[in-house]
Amino acid sequence: MAGTPLKTVTFHLRRFEPGKDREPHWEDYAIPLTPGMTVLDGLWKVKELSAPSLAWRSSCRMGICGSCGMLINGRPRLACNTQIAELKSDVVAVGPLPNFDIIKDLVPDLRPMFEAHRELMPYLLRNDAAEQEDPTREYWQSPHELEHYLQFSYCIKCGCCMAACPTVATDPRYSGPMPLGQAHRYDSDSRDAGFGRRREVLSGGSGPWRCHFAGECSQVCPKGVDPAKAIQLMKQDLVLDLLRLRRRRPPAALAEAPHGTMREDIAAAPTRTVTGT
Amino acid sequence: MRDRTLWTWHIAAGAVILILLGMHMAIMHLNQSLGLFGPEPLAWESVAERATSLFFTVTYVLLLGAALYHGFYGFRNILFELNPGAGLRRTIDVGLSVLGLALFAFGTWAAIAAPGAATMVGG
Repeated sequence: MAGTPLKTVTFHLRRFEPGKDREPHWEDYAIPLTPGMTVLDGLWKVKELSAPSLAWRSSCRMGICGSCGMLINGRPRLACNTQIAELKSDVVAVGPLPNFDIIKDLVPDLRPMFEAHRELMPYLLRNDAAEQEDPTREYWQSPHELEHYLQFSYCIKCGCCMAACPTVATDPRYSGPMPLGQAHRYDSDSRDAGFGRRREVLSGGSGPWRCHFAGECSQVCPKGVDPAKAIQLMKQDLVLDLLRLRRRRPPAALAEAPHGTMREDIAAAPTRTVTGT
Repeated sequence: MRDRTLWTWHIAAGAVILILLGMHMAIMHLNQSLGLFGPEPLAWESVAERATSLFFTVTYVLLLGAALYHGFYGFRNILFELNPGAGLRRTIDVGLSVLGLALFAFGTWAAIAAPGAATMVGG
């Protein structure tokens, strides 16, 4: 954030203090724009100069943690991943992600999203509980099998897709693109055997059937994930399953233990410099 | 489970409509260009001939059923996006089902009764 200020930009921020404000309102703050400044940097500057009570979520500052999803100039984006210069405007309007209740200022209540996510069991479901609890080897998976779900595994659960989805906006029963995309990510993982269990949830009213394929979720995803595609593939899988046409496969088996000669010239770990308890 | 089944039927009905409506367009509206079904598909004799054909009767009933199901399922989705409560959703389901079945019964009766009517009028 160092550098000579280029100009002044106005942060047009949605403020809401529960218990104090009856409704959210907008407030303007002028800050000096420096080269490379992101919206997140700008929020820190506003907090430093004018609004110490301003609240938002952020953590990694590098588009990995998914904490700082916000509505920036009308589009859900990551504040840390959006440079003010790329907005091509002297006014930066920042609000909390739509389609969620507001906890405070720019902090949305993401609990409904994570509850739907949890309900769809976003983890490997297998019958070998002992192996999963105490792994002895890896599950075997080919690069081709990895390609089936790889792009969906880039999801950082920022909620931008949920904020952009017109169906989430109108139907509270709909699970939404993030949970559905992640359910498909595990359903299409060759190591997983949980399709039948997830199907119980997905075949009902909260499943992918309400999706209008507007595609906004894929447009706004900051990680380039295509949840709309995941939802269409999921529909295909579920319908083929209903018609008994879905190819069933056993989950990936354990990989063979590596065999060969153990190298003896591997350098030893350095001596500990800190001794802990 | 129910939503998956309803949606699957919705897609199947869409495929049926695509084929049968394509046939309808080819016979009724594009015949001047295609010339596949005689010179005057809209003339009374042609209409009466189709009405007495078992193939067309079955086709009409199938198209009616598919179109009603497809349309009413879509309408149900639109109504559900207004976020009605569980009781109202149930009422919508029952109401649309009854209305759809009534329209289907009426249309089916019309398609089946058409040969007799055509014969009577045609003498």
